[in-house]
Amino acid sequence: MKQLLMGDHAVSRAVGLARVDFIAAYPITPQTLIVEELSEMAARGDIHTRFVKVESEHTALAACMGASMTGVRTFTATASQGLLLMHEILHWAAGARTPIVMVNVNRAIAPPWNLWSEQTDSLAQRDTGWLQFYCENNQDVLDTTLQAFKIAERTLVPAMLVLDAFILSHTTEPVDVPEQAEADAFLPPYSPRHILDTDAPRAFGSITGADDYFELKRLRHESMRDVLAIAAEVDADFETRFGRGHGLIKPYRCEDAELVIVTSGTTSSTARAAVDALRDQGRAVGMINVRLFRPFPGELLARAIGSAPKVAVIDRNLCVGLGGIFAQELRADLYGRDVRPEVFGFVTGLGGGDITPASVSAMAGHALANTPPADNAPIWWK
Amino acid sequence: MSERAPLLKSQRSLDHELVNQGHMACPGCGAVLAMRYVLNVLGPKTIVVLPACCWSVISGRHPASALNVPLFHTAFETAAAVATGVRGALDARGDSETHVLAWAGDGGTFDIGLQALSGAAERNEDIIYVCYDNEAYMNTGVQRSSSTPPGAWTTTTPAAQPEDRDKKDIMGIMAAHRIPYAATAAIAYPDDLMAKVKKARDTRGMRFLHIFCPCPTGWRTPPDMTVELARAAVQARVFPLYEVENGETWSLTLEPEGRPIADYIRAQGRFAHVDDQTIAQYQSATDRRWDQLMKRMAQGC
Repeated sequence: MKQLLMGDHAVSRAVGLARVDFIAAYPITPQTLIVEELSEMAARGDIHTRFVKVESEHTALAACMGASMTGVRTFTATASQGLLLMHEILHWAAGARTPIVMVNVNRAIAPPWNLWSEQTDSLAQRDTGWLQFYCENNQDVLDTTLQAFKIAERTLVPAMLVLDAFILSHTTEPVDVPEQAEADAFLPPYSPRHILDTDAPRAFGSITGADDYFELKRLRHESMRDVLAIAAEVDADFETRFGRGHGLIKPYRCEDAELVIVTSGTTSSTARAAVDALRDQGRAVGMINVRLFRPFPGELLARAIGSAPKVAVIDRNLCVGLGGIFAQELRADLYGRDVRPEVFGFVTGLGGGDITPASVSAMAGHALANTPPADNAPIWWK
Repeated sequence: MSERAPLLKSQRSLDHELVNQGHMACPGCGAVLAMRYVLNVLGPKTIVVLPACCWSVISGRHPASALNVPLFHTAFETAAAVATGVRGALDARGDSETHVLAWAGDGGTFDIGLQALSGAAERNEDIIYVCYDNEAYMNTGVQRSSSTPPGAWTTTTPAAQPEDRDKKDIMGIMAAHRIPYAATAAIAYPDDLMAKVKKARDTRGMRFLHIFCPCPTGWRTPPDMTVELARAAVQARVFPLYEVENGETWSLTLEPEGRPIADYIRAQGRFAHVDDQTIAQYQSATDRRWDQLMKRMAQGC
């Protein structure tokens, strides 16, 4: 049934549909609507969840890890500083193979204080061993939350999904909300493999030498790579059941393109409008929405870029001293492939600055008319 | 300090030990005795959450384990947080029988884990939290913690500039959270210790046990002195044995003799640099703390 939902509330509804057993969370703007709504749902008896209101994000994730190790489905949500505070436990939860699902509402990082949209918080966690989805709209948010549980529990890789602060978190859109029975059929109860169990006592995380340590790390890498196929399979299954899929990436009008714009999150919707306008003007421009960032879908991107000679990556994030992070990842992945387009790395919209169809068109025009800076330097676009 | 311990009631439990032989503790480690006494009361339906501490090593190298109960190694400051999650999951699964034991050292409790511990205590999480106190970061090679007593040498409080602050009053902090049950215990008094574990086991909500565990490696003492040192600390009123219910009812469980602390101090290499005058000051401070404790016993809170 279609309902009008804010992005944060789309998350809460999906968490309810997923029959999550354990939630631990701490308030931070602009994530707070998620946990407020979940609190209301729990108080009304709509969901049967143990919901612990903890004293920090660090404890929120640590508690989820303990609960997941004890064999139940767990969820938490955070943003910005809260995600950064969790950093140590992000590594631990991934290493412990706990399939926690977490929503991060992208928010800029202080100082100075700024509550608006920027992706640096989650992208700075790219090496922690969590899979990462970047959502484009509220339907994507709800559907990806449901999918994330399934993918995480199959691969034992924890899942982070990301939505843009305010642009999605606090914006109301029509969202098709599945019936509970449909959600149950898609996402059966979690059946854990190795848990803390007094009938089969095991020690988890004991000290090891280099051999075991190396092998465990390698296996985590394999599992992360497996996500590419499993996430595609889960999305296809979802599409069969609900009539909509989202793809790991979503190319748009890339055929015969001179320039392909690569974006993520809500910027993709903006870029799609810009591509239509540019195509109307006879400019051969396409775009790709990158929905899955970890594992990085390099093969899919290379195929979608095809023979386009130029790529413009729009990054609402910054690796200080290097530039936009999506651009960096794409360049690294393309190196050594047959596809070797010129890659322009635009850094724009930091701290919630507007990214508009006009600014995307202007960036496209710049890329079409120029060659990229020789040292791969970011192109600052205010 | 040469008296013989009486035959222990606790020795009866040897036929169902949950701490295995072949653990990796230093000879004479007090923390191994503490784990053994606690687990033997709680029994096999116990899940242990273990942050970074000596026990991270003592419990053994993968794939071996020194414990016959499930054990989760976690980050230094997360014992109470992870235990919260384990309890929550057990509750979600309808299991109210299994005990959740967070087992942390003084560093993981007094210092880096205090925020998570305070959170769990304030929420009255249904867990048992044990701080085994050996009065410094022993696992990392004897660095001071906020549990290190005045005068003690550690590698970060060298003899030329020894620790000069009192131990943090962790029991006062826990009592201020009004948790159902908090108690001190020492490995020299296993019957008292195990009686407190039983009481903790049979209480619901947040339970906190502060167990005094001498450390031959860090205290610079012979390994066969560990139990006697724990007894000396109790008898000198350095580490009184008591319990606190709901933050209000304070009761002594063992009346110490009030021996001079000089004997306790002089027995330890970590205090080798301390002169008689300083020991007299420590005696005054110990007497003052004892008087304060007695006031709490009389007044509650």
